[in-house]
Amino acid sequence: MAYTAGRVHPILAPIAALGGSVTRGLSTFGDFWVFSAQTAMYSPLELGSPRSWRRMLQQAYAIGTRSAPVLMLTGAFVGMVLVVQGWEQFSTAGFADRLGAVVNMSVAAELGPVLAGVMLAGRVGGALTAELGTMNVTEQILALRTMGAEPIRFLATPRFLACLLLAPILTLYADLMGTIGSWIIYAFVYGGDSEPYWFFTRTTVEMWDVGVGMTKSMFFGGAIGLISCHMGFHTTGGAQGVGEACTRSFVISFIAILALDLVLNLVNNGVYKMLFGNRSLF
Amino acid sequence: MNDATRNSSLAVPDVTGAERAADGANAGPIIQFKDVHKAFGPKVVLAGVTADIQRRKNTVIIGKSGTGKSVLLKHIVGLLQPDAGEVWFDGQRVDTLSERSLTPIRRRVSFVFQLNALFDSMSVGENIAFPMAQNPRGRRAGRKRINEMVSECLGLVGLAGYESKNPAELSGGEKKRVALARAIAMDPPPDVILYDEPTTGLDPQRSDSINKLIRRLQDTTHATGIIVTHDMRSAAEVGDRILMLNEGRIVADGTPDEIMNSSDDRVRRFVQGEADPDETPG
Ligand SMILES: Nc1ncnc2c1ncn2[C@@H]1O[C@H](COP(=O)(O)OP(=O)(O)OP(=O)(O)O)[C@@H](O)[C@H]1O
Ligand SMILES: [Mg+2]
Repeated sequence: MAYTAGRVHPILAPIAALGGSVTRGLSTFGDFWVFSAQTAMYSPLELGSPRSWRRMLQQAYAIGTRSAPVLMLTGAFVGMVLVVQGWEQFSTAGFADRLGAVVNMSVAAELGPVLAGVMLAGRVGGALTAELGTMNVTEQILALRTMGAEPIRFLATPRFLACLLLAPILTLYADLMGTIGSWIIYAFVYGGDSEPYWFFTRTTVEMWDVGVGMTKSMFFGGAIGLISCHMGFHTTGGAQGVGEACTRSFVISFIAILALDLVLNLVNNGVYKMLFGNRSLF
Repeated sequence: MNDATRNSSLAVPDVTGAERAADGANAGPIIQFKDVHKAFGPKVVLAGVTADIQRRKNTVIIGKSGTGKSVLLKHIVGLLQPDAGEVWFDGQRVDTLSERSLTPIRRRVSFVFQLNALFDSMSVGENIAFPMAQNPRGRRAGRKRINEMVSECLGLVGLAGYESKNPAELSGGEKKRVALARAIAMDPPPDVILYDEPTTGLDPQRSDSINKLIRRLQDTTHATGIIVTHDMRSAAEVGDRILMLNEGRIVADGTPDEIMNSSDDRVRRFVQGEADPDETPG
C-alpha cells in the first residue's frame, strides 16, 4: 500500500504530527523575521512622509494615550506593594531610610518596564491582533493588496512604530507613579521620614538605570508590535480564529518580554561593569 | 493593450469606453488559465483549470460551494499562486511576478470580494475613494474629482448620500453595494472587474438592479467582467458566456442558452438546483 501525502500509517501518525508541527513552527518563526524586517524597512519611509503621519498619530492615540491611565495605575500599585513588602525587614534592620532607594531602583530598572510591557501586551497586543486578524479574515488585507497598497507598510509599520516609540514614554509614566505610590505608602501609612526617602532615591537611582529601563521598554514595545501584527496578519478561521490569535499573541508577547528582559539584563550588567565597575546599594 | 501603449495612454486625460471598444488590436483573451493546479495542504482545490476569458465580455463562473471559484479569481491578480500551471493577464504571465511587479496589473483590475472587504476604519466615502487615492492618476485628478466620483458611484448603486456612514452601520446588502461602488469608482474605469458573488444576500429586486448595473457597465465601459455566482437567473442575465467549475476543473463552457439546455448531468443538476445523487441523504 502506498502512502501519499496526507495519508500516514496509524503507527507513524504521532511522529508525522510532531514533524508537521515542528515544520509549521519553524516556518512561522522564519516568516516572523521576514515580516519584522519588512516592517522595520518601511519605518524610515513612514517616519519621513507627512501623509503617513496621520496614520501613525491615530495609532499613537490608540496605543499610547489610551493606555496611559492603566499603565500609570500599574506603576503606582507596584511601588505601593514593594513598600508594604519591604517595610518590616528594612525598619527592623534599621534601614527604613533606604527603602525608597531600593524600591525606586527596582521600579526604574526592572519592574516598571517589565510590568508596563506586560500590561501593554495585554491591552494593546490583543487589540492589534484582533483588529488586524479581523481585517485578514474579512479579506480586507487582500483588498489592500489588490489596490496596490502594501499592507505591511500601511498597517504593520505605523502600529510597530507607535509601540516602539511610546512604550518608553509610558514606562516613564509608570515609573513616576511607582515612585509617588511608594512614597505615599512609606510616608502616610508607615509614617516614614520623607527627606531621607528622596535623598537616597536621588543618590542611588542613576540616570543610567532609568535609561536602561527605557531602553528595555523600547525592545518590549517593538516586540509587542511585531508579534501582535504578525499574528493578526496570519489569523484564519473566522471570529473564533481571531479570539484564539489574540490569546496566543498575548502569551507569546509575554514570554518574549521575559526572555528579552533576561538577555538585556545580562548585556546591561556586562556593559555597566565595563564602564563603571561594581556597585552596591549600600 | 501592451504595456507601452497603455503607459502612453496614461498621459491623455481619459480613456473612454468607446475608445477602448475601438481599440481592435487586442482581440485575444485578456486572461488565460493554463492547467492551473492549487491545493491547500492535502486538499486539492484546482486540479487543472484551463480557460480563456474573452476581452470586453462578461464571463460567469458557476459551480457548487467550495469548488474553488473564489480561489480561481484570486489567481488572476496574484493573491494566490498556483502550485502548477500558468496564469496570464493581457499577454503577461502573472503567477511568477513579484508583489511589486503585480501593481500595474492590479491597478487595471477591480475586485469585489465575497466578504465585501470594506475597511472598517474608514467611512463609506473614504472606502470608495481609497483605490483612486492609492493610484497616482487618481491623486493627480485631485480631491474634488475623487469626491464627485464617490457620490456618482454611490448614486449608481442606490446609496446616494451614504458617504459619511460607517461600514458597521450598514446592512449586509448595503455593504455589498458599497463594495460594488468601490470597484467601479475608477477614472478611467477598470479594464477588468472581478465580482465574487455580487448579488448573494440581496433581495430579488436589488439583485436585479445589480445585474442590470453590471450589464450596463459592461455595455458602456466595455470592461471585461468575471462574475462568480450561484444564481442561475443572474448568470443568464449578465453573462455572455458561462463556465462551470466542478471538482477543480472546468466542466462546461458555453453561452447561457447552451448551459441552460446542457445535456451534461452535472450541469443540468446545478442549473435546476437538484442535489447530486451521492450527496442525497439516505
Ligand atoms: N487561503 C486558504 N487556505 C486554506 N484553504 C483555503 C483557502 N482558500 C480557500 N480554501 C479552501 O479551498 C476550497 C475552495 O474555496 P473557495 O472559497 O474558492 O470556494 P468557492 O467555490 O468560492 O465557494 P463559495 O461558493 O462557497 O464561495 C474550500 O474548501 C476552502 O476551504
Ligand atoms: Mg467563493
